Amino acid sequence: MWILNFLTSSLGKKLIMSLTGLFLIIFLLVHLIGNLQLLFGDNGEAFNVYAKFMTTNPLIKTTSYGLYFFILLHIVQGIVIWLTNKSAKQSRYAVAPKNTSWASSNMATLGIIITVFLAIHLWQFWFKMKIGAIPPVNIGGEEYTNLYAVVHEAYQNIFFVIFYVVSMVVIGLHLSHGFQSAFQSLGLNHKKYTPLIKGMGIAYSILIPLGFAIIPVWMYMMH
Amino acid sequence: MKLTLKVWRQKSKDHKGSFENHQVEADDHMSFLEMMDVLNERLISNKAEPVAFSHDCREGICGTCNMVINGKPHGPSKGTTVCQLHMREFKDGDVIVIEPWRAAAFPVIKDLVVDRSSFDRIIQAGGYISVNTGQAQDANAIPIEKDTAAQAMDAATCIGCGACVAACPNASAMLFTSAKVNHLALLPQGQVESSRRVRAMVKQMDEEGFGACSNTGACEVECPKEISITNIAAMNRMYMGAVIGAQDQV
Ligand code: HEM
Ligand code: SF4
Ligand code: FES
Repeated sequence: MWILNFLTSSLGKKLIMSLTGLFLIIFLLVHLIGNLQLLFGDNGEAFNVYAKFMTTNPLIKTTSYGLYFFILLHIVQGIVIWLTNKSAKQSRYAVAPKNTSWASSNMATLGIIITVFLAIHLWQFWFKMKIGAIPPVNIGGEEYTNLYAVVHEAYQNIFFVIFYVVSMVVIGLHLSHGFQSAFQSLGLNHKKYTPLIKGMGIAYSILIPLGFAIIPVWMYMMH
Repeated sequence: MKLTLKVWRQKSKDHKGSFENHQVEADDHMSFLEMMDVLNERLISNKAEPVAFSHDCREGICGTCNMVINGKPHGPSKGTTVCQLHMREFKDGDVIVIEPWRAAAFPVIKDLVVDRSSFDRIIQAGGYISVNTGQAQDANAIPIEKDTAAQAMDAATCIGCGACVAACPNASAMLFTSAKVNHLALLPQGQVESSRRVRAMVKQMDEEGFGACSNTGACEVECPKEISITNIAAMNRMYMGAVIGAQDQV
């Protein structure tokens, strides 16, 4: 079938990488905006209300299934591309060439570190909530899952704080190449707009991970 | 100047290769290939096996003089082939490491010579225009915008050397293939077959075992003709459009 031939061609695989990558880029932005409510200093009321909304609203629930699927697709496809590319190169030069940015030729290594981070991150918060292992809290006469308490507790541990900050640096590196690369894969390269896309990519890959990293650091310092 | 060469020696595709050290006396005015000639003449007079390397035009247009010099395909000068590289780029006492192109789709035939027939098969798949009858018409009969003609010309300067593949950490042939696809598709004569062409050439490129493009940009840094990766983006667009829109199968 033409569509399968297309999606399994080298260009089709990259199309999937770039579309899923762009989806994840949008997700990270939304995720960050929501999480900044952790810094409100209201004992997590706003955050807990928001968390309930995100896990019960049908539209968001549907989107979240898309998210799980796209993350898995991005990871599996990324590893497939990495392995085929390695076998296409076969051997390395005795003198290592210096003609790429470090991030661009280590996307899979960065991605695998992100996968490990994701597994721990999801285990810590998402999975505990899914299996109902988090005690409830009363906000304005209504019951909410006290996700805030779990996050708060985790970020009292300096090792988790360091782990989160380091992971954000890794995501930043992945996106320092990935953001603009996704547009190039889609064929969106233009004299007028490409410099803008590259600028946005640099801004995004610094600001978004920085925003995420501030949360554990802040919560650790504020107790 | 006195130089130490570490040259890759490999008997054939099936043998394991290794580096061999040689001392060479060269002067500033020699080209890199002339320096290699000096080495080979000495090896021959000593009844040793000369270093096999490929070359033809020695004026930067045929794309056969392929070696990776100190980790750089075509050596340290920007926008030049090995035959156009001068020894004045090096200085007395330098150690120069010389390796063949490394890519699964470019197997080593001997020493520094690789088999690039995978490129020929990509061209055979669609890198041409069909002119089935008659004489070529007057070039000025079809108006082509200056910018478009310049873009087509830039893409057409690709000499098919394979440095892009050699430079790419994924051994991807996207720069070469996209240059060939674009130089034809940008002109009215080539536009006619562009949908079929891009699909056939990408398919062949994948079948030859080249890697996928990670947009690292290594290719355009090392390309002796300075072909731009905007060609790759243009081919990505064209390929998607062709696959989705086409009524036939390639
Ligand atoms: C934080 C979540 C992530 C985001 C936002 C993200 C985003 C992106 C983007 C935008 C690209 C560029 C796509 C292109 O070049 O067309 C990319 C490439 C890539 N990603 Fe991710 N990614 C994420 C997580 C991961 C994970 C968990 C892996 C696991 C293996 C991974 C592996 C890769 C690989 C291997 C590539 C390079 C593909 C190639 O060009 O050869 N990514 N990513
Ligand atoms: S694109 Fe450049 S490096 Fe690649 S084959 Fe053509 S001339 Fe050589
Ligand atoms: S020998 Fe022809 S390009 Fe160098």
